[in-house]
Amino acid sequence: MNPTTEAGGPPPPPTSLAKTHMVLRVNGEDHEVAFRPHKTLLEVLREDMDLTGTKHGCELGECGTCTVLMDGEPKLSCLVLGLESDGVDIETVEGMAGPEGGHPLQHTFAELGAAQCGYCTPGFLLTAKAVLEDDKDPSRETLVEELSGNLCRCTGYLKIYEAIELAAQRMREKGSSDEGGSHV
Amino acid sequence: MMRLPSFRYLAPKDAAETAKILTGEGPDAMIVAGGTDLYPNMKRRHQMPKTLVSLRNVNDLRGVEMNGAVTIGSNETLRGLERNAELKTRLPALWTAVQSISTPILRNMGTIGGNVCLDTRCNYYNQNWEWRRGIDFCMKCDGTVCWVAPSSSVCWAVNSSDTVPVLIAMGAKFTLVSTRGERTIEAIEMFGEDGIDYLTKQKDEVLTRIEIPDQGNATSVYRKVRRRGAFDFPVAAVAARVEMDGDEVKDVNLVLNAVGPKPVVCESTQEFLKGKKLTPEVVEEAAKLAARGAKPLDNTDHLSMWRKKVVSVEVKRALGALR
Ligand SMILES: Cc1cc2nc3c(=O)[nH]c(=O)nc-3n(C[C@H](O)[C@H](O)[C@H](O)COP(=O)(O)OP(=O)(O)OC[C@H]3O[C@@H](n4cnc5c(N)ncnc54)[C@H](O)[C@@H]3O)c2cc1C
Ligand code: SF4
Ligand code: FES
Ligand code: FES
Repeated sequence: MNPTTEAGGPPPPPTSLAKTHMVLRVNGEDHEVAFRPHKTLLEVLREDMDLTGTKHGCELGECGTCTVLMDGEPKLSCLVLGLESDGVDIETVEGMAGPEGGHPLQHTFAELGAAQCGYCTPGFLLTAKAVLEDDKDPSRETLVEELSGNLCRCTGYLKIYEAIELAAQRMREKGSSDEGGSHV
Repeated sequence: MMRLPSFRYLAPKDAAETAKILTGEGPDAMIVAGGTDLYPNMKRRHQMPKTLVSLRNVNDLRGVEMNGAVTIGSNETLRGLERNAELKTRLPALWTAVQSISTPILRNMGTIGGNVCLDTRCNYYNQNWEWRRGIDFCMKCDGTVCWVAPSSSVCWAVNSSDTVPVLIAMGAKFTLVSTRGERTIEAIEMFGEDGIDYLTKQKDEVLTRIEIPDQGNATSVYRKVRRRGAFDFPVAAVAARVEMDGDEVKDVNLVLNAVGPKPVVCESTQEFLKGKKLTPEVVEEAAKLAARGAKPLDNTDHLSMWRKKVVSVEVKRALGALR
């Protein structure tokens, strides 16, 4: 639309130094956070809350590694403002383990080698968790579609699908889909 | 890090308050709905609103009403539409278009209003500031020359929305609200000829409703061409709506998108098809005619020659599916 940068000038840096104070509900706990208002949720989580489990990839919505759950729905934290994140339940990969240890997905990802470099893993785990909330026995087709917003450069995806299917099976056998995923 | 520039952030409660703020803030204010188009653009320093007017609390623009017509609030998420089983049965072509947008995670965030008002796209534009400076800025943002067509006085950035061609083919109407009042326009009237002035909507106007008239006996289809089955924008797209009278075409709308700054209504092809039976020969001829309206340049993924060719193939497939 209308260009507002001057040709030849440097890209305008964020000038506002004043911080916004806000309460964000992350992994079941209210956190009082102060951050600069232009920051994305990804930047707030990593830089102002030291929650570096959420990974920083393309920053443009093209990779899915920054995925977090907001009220249970996978969202790209690189395209949500910190300012827009109050009043919602935010879940990051740090919140997946429960009092009894890792989430079944975390175990099966480790067992089946669904993480190689691991950079995409937090995003996959959270998207998969949301999928299993909706569908306890997802078909391979559903998994391929629902996980199509998370890119992985290493695994070739097969091991990821298999790990999710194994976790789903174990969760069904336990009879509870949020086993291990609830917050303290 | 590609950080956002600074801005003032306001989150009004309803459409009327949104319009009031837009008037008050002037042309440097922009609406943000899902932010999936605007935030990347702000990070790359294409669009730099001084004030962001967020629709996150604007609930009167959400929801879908189904009577004879289908009315969609502009702030309805793409995911909300995708999960709407009745919409899928009643308007399968629109559902297909919605479901083809980017990825499931992005559809949890993006709205249909944002999809209609999507910025036009070009390989020389959708790059970060340093990249664009590297080859010198182009006319759409910060520069004076078009790198795709250097002698051109207009910008050829591409309308890449998936829902827009279907909405045009279905005869949808858009309602725009500002402090000056409300107006309703035909979907096609929303779009400008130039990749820089791609919307006829005024800056202080809020898109509030999208109304799709009762489709009667007509059937529609949407076909999208892209490299990958997810993430990618269309590099060519065809929406067709046909109403038959026995085995003859009574009425037809054929719309191309992602081949230029403005969606293309294939008027001469429509005229050609009226009253005809959709035989393989007629479909072949229609496809040839329609492809003439597509003038893609080399500013998206895939070669422009191939995109032009594929338009006629996709028109054939679209009409074939409706036969
Ligand atoms: C990786 C990636 C892939 C994508 N793939 C596709 C694709 O395949 N197909 C496709 O069509 N799109 C695609 N998109 C673009 C975009 O995500 C979608 O078009 C989405 O629907 C935009 O909606 P939004 O609510 O996020 O818009 P926003 O970013 O909030 O807004 C977009 C524009 O619309 C204006 N606007 C929004 N709502 C209103 C309103 N109610 N009234 C007036 N103006 C308004 C804003 O001011 C802004 O200019 C993709 C984006 C990304 C990042
Ligand atoms: S078509 Fe030309 S002016 Fe428009 S964005 Fe591309 S290079 Fe720039
Ligand atoms: S970092 Fe958010 S999608 Fe890539
Ligand atoms: S494990 Fe390396 S990107 Fe997925």
